[in-house]
Amino acid sequence: MVQISLKRKLAILSDAAKYDASCASSGSERRTGKASGGIGSTGPGSGICHSYAPDGRCISLLKILLTNFCIYDCVYCVNRSSSNVERTRFSVAEVVALTLDFYKRNYIEGLFLSSGIIRAPDYTMEEMVRVARSLREEHGFAGYIHLKVIPNAAPDLLEMAGRFADRLSTNIEMPTDEGLGRFAPEKRAGEIRTAMARVRTNWEEGQPDRASRAQPQPFAPAGQSTQMIVGADASADSTILSRSAALYAGYGLKRVYYSAFSPIPDASARLPIAKPPLMREHRLYQADWLMRFYGFEAGEITAGNENGMLDLAIDPKLAWALNRRGRFPVDVNRAEKAQLLRVPGLGLRAVDKIIATRRHHSLRLADVARLCASLEKVRPFIQAVDWTPGKRLDAQDLRARMLPGPAQLSLF
Amino acid sequence: MYRVRLETRNDLAIWRETVRPLLEARIAPDRIAWLGAGDAEPLFAEEVLPAGRREPIGVPRAFLAAAETVLCHADARRFDLLYRIALRLQRERDLLSVASDPDIVRLGSMEKAVRRDSHKMKAFVRFRAVDEGNARFAAWFEPEHFTLERTAPFFAERFSGMEWAILTPYRSAFWDRHRLVFGEGARKTDVPAQDALEDVWRTYFAAIFNPARLKIRAMTAEMPRKYWRNLPEAEIIAPLIRSAQIREAEMIATGASSPPVRHVRHRARHEAETGGGEDVTSLSAARAAVQACTRCPLYQDATQAVFGAGAAYARVMMVGEQPGDSEDLAGKPFVGPAGKLFDAVLEEVRIDRRKLYVTNAVKHFKFVPRGKRRLHQTPNAGEVSACRFWLDREIALVKPAVIVALGATAAKSLLGSGATISKLRGAPIEREDGTVVFVTVHPSYLLRLPDRDKAAAERAAFARDLALIRDHAESELGHSVALDRPGADP
Repeated sequence: MVQISLKRKLAILSDAAKYDASCASSGSERRTGKASGGIGSTGPGSGICHSYAPDGRCISLLKILLTNFCIYDCVYCVNRSSSNVERTRFSVAEVVALTLDFYKRNYIEGLFLSSGIIRAPDYTMEEMVRVARSLREEHGFAGYIHLKVIPNAAPDLLEMAGRFADRLSTNIEMPTDEGLGRFAPEKRAGEIRTAMARVRTNWEEGQPDRASRAQPQPFAPAGQSTQMIVGADASADSTILSRSAALYAGYGLKRVYYSAFSPIPDASARLPIAKPPLMREHRLYQADWLMRFYGFEAGEITAGNENGMLDLAIDPKLAWALNRRGRFPVDVNRAEKAQLLRVPGLGLRAVDKIIATRRHHSLRLADVARLCASLEKVRPFIQAVDWTPGKRLDAQDLRARMLPGPAQLSLF
Repeated sequence: MYRVRLETRNDLAIWRETVRPLLEARIAPDRIAWLGAGDAEPLFAEEVLPAGRREPIGVPRAFLAAAETVLCHADARRFDLLYRIALRLQRERDLLSVASDPDIVRLGSMEKAVRRDSHKMKAFVRFRAVDEGNARFAAWFEPEHFTLERTAPFFAERFSGMEWAILTPYRSAFWDRHRLVFGEGARKTDVPAQDALEDVWRTYFAAIFNPARLKIRAMTAEMPRKYWRNLPEAEIIAPLIRSAQIREAEMIATGASSPPVRHVRHRARHEAETGGGEDVTSLSAARAAVQACTRCPLYQDATQAVFGAGAAYARVMMVGEQPGDSEDLAGKPFVGPAGKLFDAVLEEVRIDRRKLYVTNAVKHFKFVPRGKRRLHQTPNAGEVSACRFWLDREIALVKPAVIVALGATAAKSLLGSGATISKLRGAPIEREDGTVVFVTVHPSYLLRLPDRDKAAAERAAFARDLALIRDHAESELGHSVALDRPGADP
């Protein structure tokens, strides 16, 4: 085989990795290189995004594949075995050196390593674990490591992966098992969920035990995540959200990432060639947030919407409220937290501030204006000492007036 | 007017010493002119603090924390704001929690700006090697606020094994692997002009960018242009944007090519997806086949099918309802809370679980998600009837003489839709295939009883039912399911 330069390899293997949306480096254990004799640190707080690409995505980790050779033929994937993209592979030592060199210059928070499936799931997982182990044990690296879990890899390899990595992830890929069967003939949704179940069980066993003095070895302290491709098949948003709800409930996932299907080099003829539905992806993230932090159930977010799809023009909380105007206005001086959280335009922090402030004095509209990002959005749905929306709330054209201006409608 | 000069930009201790006498004298904020380092002397004369009564002062701890942060803000008006809030706090003790107060809003936004600037320093400092072999690095950075001092400890912790310097226009930080020290401000030319790795980093930056999803505003919102001049990757942003649409159009226009030879050689593992398992002839084949079952929709959200487990030729088979949360995760029947209770009662009546075959009427877990939990749902008649296929296979392959239905779902699956526990429990029922069915409650029923006396009574009744089955096996089948007595002959 012709030798290619390290830079060329990096270009190929990061190009092949970029369709994985996850770049989180947050919420791990507190750890520094002082103890391990190397460099690096992680913490329980928010992660650090070291750069941003013109696609608006943060660059926090060195996100690469160990190899883009793959024996699977998943239709949506740039690395599927039937594609003619240039193939290469990194050695374990090359990945380790690159990670450390980038880290020392403060380019990255750590490594996100994934891989095409070569030979067999166990072999592939073992190679990835070797990288993580070398970083941790030979170099005392205390930075962040995210490893992709290869479904069907042996349980003891998974256990090792979780010992060295901060986060593990297994991609569910498609919103339905049937869709996965069609697009990824070698993958089994049940095997993917079984891998997630193992990670959850191991993670729980690795949690510090308050009752006992002997503390277990931590397992993937930053938890696990997954990713779903949006727009490659015909699944509705309601299907996507109910799948997410089931995954959050079952496996303690930190995040479900939604990746708007985007054109790839040498794409399969079975894929749509439409422009990526970036706004749809954005709305799904907003709906996901409503489920995790605002007390919404998956079903009610899309209930009453056409074909189970989210409204692309307005955010899902506003859409929900416009369809249930009988529940408004909400009195900012009296309403419970759960009710305030359902007011369009009020975020978690604004709600906390409202509750803190109203202990001291009753809120007027001007007070609310100083506590939230956009009063215009909130105003029709609330009541304050000097304000009630009256007929405005029932106005036919309320939705039209809440639409963002044409300049903001475009994402660019 | 009082003229107050603060030579240090962001030192909390010095600020406290400076404002203390002013606060004690309750000097109104509009009578103070604040002078920062290097500010020219104003024309007006300085007043002398009035002699006489000094009043006690106090501020909440949270205010000092906020002041420490806000002092790092570059806006000279921060001194006025902090003093005004400190003075107001002497009479309005709860001022800090009045989030709608204009002064508090301003305090919050200044705090946020400083924190953000510090965070961006952690993100955008780029070290260049001064001496790679000895791990010596230096970086030039231009913060918007006076945030070097509060951010440098982060770098000391993260890069404790390196020797590094971070130079800024107003101050510099040095770490020698042991101690963090600060010195004078510096110039960009004081650090190396390049680093060999920057070209590799740019290669990565270009390759990780997806040209099919250009979102420039999302990038500049988080990485404002003011930081670009010190970021090695920034020089390729403009060319990447320019070529993005062309690259995307090319990808779409080129379309698919014919697969490489390597792909054709690979034989994908195309297991016969009958999804049915009609032709299984052994328990292990059935256990593998059930994982592909799509006879009812429950497979969509369950982790895996949970097949029966235990003795392959057991004379006694126990049939529960469906796997629960724990069983679904572990892939084994009766391992969760109900399974633990089941084990405990078996032990009480001296039955050896290893001599039984334990399974469920429905193999996939049915639930509704509630936040981070899955709430059990009783399977409906359609799901039970679809899964009868697998229960029948298990009965045919294990060939038990006695089948125990634990709970109503199992009873209905085995005896038909009219079966109820209260009418049928306590006596053997013969099925057409010659097997004998006993009916009792499901152990999870015992866990759900809130009344303690009732729970104890029901548990005793459950134990009596199991003991009856144990005795039936012994007397009618001449087969023992009892635990072997320690020391007894095998």
